[in-house]
Amino acid sequence: MASRDNSAPSAANETYRLPPQLFDARCAVCWFVLGLAALTAASFWTLDLQWAKFLSLDALRKMGRFLGELTTPATNAEFLGRLAIASLETLAMSALGTLIAAAAGLALALPASRSHPGDPAYWRAPTRLVLNGLRSIPELVWAALLIISAGLGPFAGTLALALHTTGVLGRLFAEAVENAPAGPAFALRARGVPAGRVFLYATLPQILPQLLSYTLYRWENNIRAAAVLGVVGGGGLGQMLAFHMGLFHMNETSSILVAMILLVAMVDFASYLSRRLLQR
Amino acid sequence: MDTAVSVLPQHRDPAWLPRLFWFCAALVLLAPALVVTEFRPWTLFEPETLKSTQRFLGDFFPPKIEGEFLLLVAREAWRTVAIATAGMALALLVAIPLTLLSTSAISISALTGRMHALPFVLRQGVRWLLIVLRSIPELVWALVFVRVVGLGPTAGVLAIALTYGGMLGKVYGEILESDETHATRTLLRNGAGRLQAFFYGLLPQSAPELTSYTVYRWECAIRSSAVLGFVGAGGLGQQMDNSMKMFQGSEVATMLIVFMLLVALADYASGWLRKRIA
Amino acid sequence: MRITLSALAARHPAAAGATAPALKPLTLTIAPGEQLAVIGPSGAGKTTLLHALACALKPAAGRIELDGTDPWALPVAQLQKLRGRLFLAPQTPPLPPRQRVVTAVLAARLPQQSLFASLRSLFYPTHIAEAESALARFDLAGKLWQRVDRLSGGERQRVGLARALLSSASLWLVDEPLSSLDPSRAAQAIDTLTRCATECGATLVTTLHQVDVATRFPRVIGLRDGELQFDLPSREVTRERLATLYAQHEEELLGAGPPPPPEDASGGAQAPLYCR
Repeated sequence: MASRDNSAPSAANETYRLPPQLFDARCAVCWFVLGLAALTAASFWTLDLQWAKFLSLDALRKMGRFLGELTTPATNAEFLGRLAIASLETLAMSALGTLIAAAAGLALALPASRSHPGDPAYWRAPTRLVLNGLRSIPELVWAALLIISAGLGPFAGTLALALHTTGVLGRLFAEAVENAPAGPAFALRARGVPAGRVFLYATLPQILPQLLSYTLYRWENNIRAAAVLGVVGGGGLGQMLAFHMGLFHMNETSSILVAMILLVAMVDFASYLSRRLLQR
Repeated sequence: MDTAVSVLPQHRDPAWLPRLFWFCAALVLLAPALVVTEFRPWTLFEPETLKSTQRFLGDFFPPKIEGEFLLLVAREAWRTVAIATAGMALALLVAIPLTLLSTSAISISALTGRMHALPFVLRQGVRWLLIVLRSIPELVWALVFVRVVGLGPTAGVLAIALTYGGMLGKVYGEILESDETHATRTLLRNGAGRLQAFFYGLLPQSAPELTSYTVYRWECAIRSSAVLGFVGAGGLGQQMDNSMKMFQGSEVATMLIVFMLLVALADYASGWLRKRIA
Repeated sequence: MRITLSALAARHPAAAGATAPALKPLTLTIAPGEQLAVIGPSGAGKTTLLHALACALKPAAGRIELDGTDPWALPVAQLQKLRGRLFLAPQTPPLPPRQRVVTAVLAARLPQQSLFASLRSLFYPTHIAEAESALARFDLAGKLWQRVDRLSGGERQRVGLARALLSSASLWLVDEPLSSLDPSRAAQAIDTLTRCATECGATLVTTLHQVDVATRFPRVIGLRDGELQFDLPSREVTRERLATLYAQHEEELLGAGPPPPPEDASGGAQAPLYCR
């Protein structure tokens, strides 16, 4: 028995320890597991899930037909032309949305950060509140809201991406500003250089690679979001997808899905390459 | 520049031309992007749009707090959480077997250096299946299932189950393979079965990371189940979509606040849990 | 610039109010154009003294006067203007790793530049010739267009010193300028620094670990535990005085001094968790 406590007075016989009780009121893990099981059970219980309908012969046949048609993508030239334009639109939406968000995020990151210990940072809490608000509403909800002002189409989608991403990037950028090595900024501040120029000459050059890398990661994320924003009317591939799927054009749907996956892979690769270049 | 005439060659910025080139290239790329996305911010401020925006936004305040409506919102918020939780439970059912099939850390034939052909093909096949599941957005799955089983939470649960199954399977595989596999390999060499080696070697050392990632995914699932409602998969999103279509600003405002609180709560709970696990 | 310290005490900004000040009441006068070295074992309060002189640290007690005015009695705008006439070179060269040497050196001109001029200089450096000649004084003319992180530690430190030449400041405060230079480079760098300070008519206060280099300065100040031990012309700094000053820190007297503080590792951009 390797685990026997050596300091205990040795009994004549070998002492055997009972394993700990399986349930203990103070055991956090037990409560966690119990809570999880309860939550899961309650979830299945309260949702009127239509398994019968899903597993019915009719539904399965429908699914089978869908999947069967998905294997033969539509390839007529006119459709592919429209698909290319929609893909371009999606790409432009994601890139422009990310770009605007990076600029706006940087602008908001400055008031949202405490750049040095003596900085009163009056605007830190309110700006962070705004950033959190922007971030907690998903792109798709933003798009649905913006359609009222910006109308159907890619403009609403771009703005939606930009708003949500501003919240995400603003917070990350603010964190980067606060974690930047303080030496260079201190040397300039000691000479009475105003805060904006201290940022441009000392802080920004240090964190720029990190900011770019965050932005690129976010672009990878946004191309995925942009692809489906059209479902609520935000333009791009999603709009086409919603249209063709609504009419059960599964061949066209299949081509659109392939285009989405290719686009995502392309952006991932471009972003990966750029990040590799940045590390030099 | 100041003394442009007498600039010595070593005083010219060698990076200037490349910078200028990249700046122009960026402009050239940006212009079509602006055109394609119909980027016309000024349309936001045209009197016509401004009026409808104002009417909608003006209706936001005060948010609707009628008892009956609040009850409805609370029920839909719970359904959002329930869809996420049920979806995650099914996603785990999808992910765990696929992870076990795909991870090469518990391959017996790989012990001798190279995996045999059949297990190799099987593992690659499973990996491809995971990639396909994961690369189709959950919103698309939801659109498909809404067509098959009709409007309602079933479509949302299935969509989350499939996409998140793929994501979990992939990340679980990465976590398992990135960890130290010495203990597992020793067990396999000593004649343990694959599942035995998994439970006694691989799982104990990766469990915290696996749990932490799962909790984080659950948080993501809550956000995404709210969004899925917009295509008719039930929950808060579906109510929000309905209210938006009827320009009920006050209802939208209430639901947005509830949604933000829900996300903040999930964020907090998941953060707390992950800190406890770590 | 004439400097008068009367019973000046200073405390580290991070230190709590009740702790003993890093610099105990100190009275000192430095004449315009004077050059002096501050020596003493580590923890003697040398850096705190420099920060107090640079108006980066508000005195805990006592009074500082620069050219007869108390900087802490000035309105903020004028204090900032005054700070522009001071130049503080910290021990770790304050150079962003990915900035180019030319920009890093020209940053010394920021206090004199308008916002527009400083923005423009980011796109195309202005005053390139001045930057190059300043670098040339420290044998670094060829590094003008290099990135700072491509330089060695010693080269970075000399770039930090070359900044002083462009600062048009009338008080140079240099903290441990030689910590990553080899002895021959160190002597050369300190000669350049003192000569340039004379040419610019600047007052020079340098903290040093290398006692032998310190004797090249006309006036040497010994600090220990935040207290003034001696303030003498360098020829009167005897072995015995040094031995007392460095008692229990003899290894610093013989060796090269403590290693420079570790540079902040700017953590590689870590991918945050994303839902997609």
